[in-house]
Amino acid sequence: MNRHHGITLAALSLILPTAATAGALDGILARYAAEAQRSATAFSGFSAERGRALYTTRFGSGKPATPACTSCHGPDPRRSGQTPAGKPIDPVAVAASPTRYTDIAKVEKWFKRNCSEVLGRECTAVEKGDWLSYMVKQ
Amino acid sequence: MSPPGRGYFSQELFVKVPYRALALGLLAAMLSATLLGRARAGSDHFFPGVSDPVVREECGSCHLAYPPSMLPARSWQRMMAGLKNHFGDDASLDAATAERVRRYLAANAADAGGRRYGDKLTRGLPAASTPLRISELPRWIREHRKVPAWEWTHKEVRTKANCTACHADAERGYFDD
Repeated sequence: MNRHHGITLAALSLILPTAATAGALDGILARYAAEAQRSATAFSGFSAERGRALYTTRFGSGKPATPACTSCHGPDPRRSGQTPAGKPIDPVAVAASPTRYTDIAKVEKWFKRNCSEVLGRECTAVEKGDWLSYMVKQ
Repeated sequence: MSPPGRGYFSQELFVKVPYRALALGLLAAMLSATLLGRARAGSDHFFPGVSDPVVREECGSCHLAYPPSMLPARSWQRMMAGLKNHFGDDASLDAATAERVRRYLAANAADAGGRRYGDKLTRGLPAASTPLRISELPRWIREHRKVPAWEWTHKEVRTKANCTACHADAERGYFDD
């Protein structure tokens, strides 16, 4: 019985962090979906394909040194990137960095900064949701 | 009742333990520890890293979390007053976080709590000067005068902000190499 409990607990401890992480990311996506629905345009769900395009497009409307997300994060979301000052950036794909998108304040902070650097404006809720949906599938 | 052979054992201990060697060894260990500690603390090239986790996160995501003892407090104050345009990037923070970072940097600056580490690096800096770049300090320029231009533009370096490209142990505060 004790042994059985031990195994159950060990199994739970393996599953729970992942579940909690996925829960937090679902919450963030739900929040962006609600925000997207409130906006005037018709919203019919996020698209990982649009997210991929957002990730790889060279916009050139922000800072010249960072035309695309890939300028710093690299072409493969499952691999580490590098800041212009040489600091490594953890992969942006959820599979490679499971705890990356758990704090909405942190997610918002980086969307705000990075969208302004790459696109020269803030990202919309649809764009943020698309981007995250793409990262979930990577 | 005493255990059998106790006298024998204590005599054995007394005779065999090399007290003099042990004492000398201990003395040598203490001396080298003192010297090492002094070398570390008093080295021209040791600057303790940021210990506050919030400051580490906010100041160390894009670049090395530069040791606060590398600039005088007035420089950090000026830095924190201009986060909206932080070397061309918007690094603005919410008011509470900004205040925590500002206090930490000012308290550990080269002319405050971090004086014993940063005093030499900021030597020769005019009192009226408030540099934002560590690489503009007269002493920094002198220390790096032998670095050729091609090394700065090398793809592994790219910017003078990238200390770790050459100083492998910069994250831990060592800039000797």
